[in-house]
Amino acid sequence: MSNLDELYLEVIIDHNKNPRNKGELNDFTHEAKGDNPLCGDQISIKLIMKDDKITDVKFTGSGCAISTASASVLTETIKGKSRSEIEKLFGRFQNLVTGTGKEGNLGKLEIFEGVNKYPARVKCATLSWHALIAAIEGKKEASTE
Amino acid sequence: MIDRKIKSDFPTLDQKINGKQLVYLDNAATTQKPYTVIEAVDKYYKNTNSNIHRGVHTLSQKATEKYENTRLKIANFINSDSEKEIIFVRGATEAINLVANCYVRPLLNSNDEIIISQMEHHANIVPWQMVCEEKKAKLKILPMNQNGELLVDELENMINKNTKFISMNHVSNSLGTINPIKKIVQLAHKNKIKIMVDGAQAVQHIPVNMKEIGADFYCFSGHKLYAPTGIGVLYGKKELLDEMPPYQGGGDMIKSVTFEKTVYNEVPQKFEAGTPNISGVIALGTAIDYIINIGIENIAKHEDELLKYATKEISKIKGIKIIGNAQNKASVLSFTIEGIHPHDVGTIMDSEGVAIRAGKHCTDPVMDFYCIPATARASFAIYNTKNDVDKFVNSVKKTIEVFG
Ligand SMILES: Cc1ncc(COP(=O)(O)O)c(C=O)c1O
Repeated sequence: MSNLDELYLEVIIDHNKNPRNKGELNDFTHEAKGDNPLCGDQISIKLIMKDDKITDVKFTGSGCAISTASASVLTETIKGKSRSEIEKLFGRFQNLVTGTGKEGNLGKLEIFEGVNKYPARVKCATLSWHALIAAIEGKKEASTE
Repeated sequence: MIDRKIKSDFPTLDQKINGKQLVYLDNAATTQKPYTVIEAVDKYYKNTNSNIHRGVHTLSQKATEKYENTRLKIANFINSDSEKEIIFVRGATEAINLVANCYVRPLLNSNDEIIISQMEHHANIVPWQMVCEEKKAKLKILPMNQNGELLVDELENMINKNTKFISMNHVSNSLGTINPIKKIVQLAHKNKIKIMVDGAQAVQHIPVNMKEIGADFYCFSGHKLYAPTGIGVLYGKKELLDEMPPYQGGGDMIKSVTFEKTVYNEVPQKFEAGTPNISGVIALGTAIDYIINIGIENIAKHEDELLKYATKEISKIKGIKIIGNAQNKASVLSFTIEGIHPHDVGTIMDSEGVAIRAGKHCTDPVMDFYCIPATARASFAIYNTKNDVDKFVNSVKKTIEVFG
């Protein structure tokens, strides 16, 4: 497969076209926004946390295929997880998309491995994660720096 | 007149990107440089390097002569009255900041107004916001229509006794609109208001004539005109420049200095404190020679043909929307593809060797106006060919295929 095909895997295109868990969430306990001013991507994450576990999560906003698909997969991956589990997972996801070390056993998240050939797109893949971490930490906005 | 051979003057264009021959269509961001310009920098450092205006020795005199000859060359290129009206700056951004700080700021009071337009580059928005904020003045925005054409007739209604200055782009970098700048200048002057024109996207594409346009200030960046980065030009009417305070203090901008009193130098040296970008100035002169040699009318005609051809071909593709459909356009083709984010468009086209820009193009208010996050933008220059346009159109088709 070419680098491009590895970046735009069919599952990614599918998540972009039919994002999972996109929409409003009632009774959320945490919320934060992620902004990538460079390309205009904006993703908002809303979630419900009970006893340090995420019970529900949804996202709104618009962005490129990579950031939309990443937000979509994120919502499928983090339900039932605790804050520390999520922080660890994000660290490993960052390693995956930046190509720092070998990361396995990341399940669905592995579809974003192709991003590591495109340094300019790492921020797209991590935008929703930054928003998620900000939300958990009680911040309103994520910084992608 | 303009053919494939021009490409061979530009070494950067002769390379493969992702295994494909590079098609460079990000010229509105910056143009590539011809051999002559690159060699001018090289030659300067090899043969003439020396500080200007300072030495009696031969090299310093040679460097000074080349530097000042370029000033004259530029004055002729834009048909200004005198080379004293040409000030070397870093680029359009610095030129606008200079005028905002040294001309507009001293005359601005609270409740005064400055008018810009809906389609300005951030460089022609933020400096005005900064002085307005400081002086509690107001920034007013001349609107445009859906085609991306300024509603020039509205300008008369917006002007009132508080209007102190107008600044407007000649050609829009995100829409390609060529604004009726002469008419706008006339309207300003009829109301006794001074006006600056941001020509960063104009000088490299269409003939620009200071006597005909009549603007009080005009500016452009060398790097968009086949010259190196870090050099640009501010044109100002001599009588205005004379009355303005200096921009920065330092060497070269003074006639005499004592601890009690400093006497400033004459225009234009008054505005050129410190050792300038000498090699940049000389290479800018070489770039202008290159343009004059081909002829700006020929360039305008060639690029217009490319733009029309590209517009026609890309319009045939389903899902394409062109952003900016002004009657009068130069070089720029901004577009969106239904269901595909411009950032993805940029990445996929790059994999085909086609370099375009995806983003907001430093014109956030234009994106807000069209309610879009960004556009993909192709912008043409002298070295582009019909074949480049064909590759561009094919890569757009390929993008749509990938997203199936
Ligand atoms: C219309 C316009 N004005 C101003 C600028 C700023 O030019 P520079 O960054 O070279 O100072 C640009 C460059 O993108 C431009 O397109």
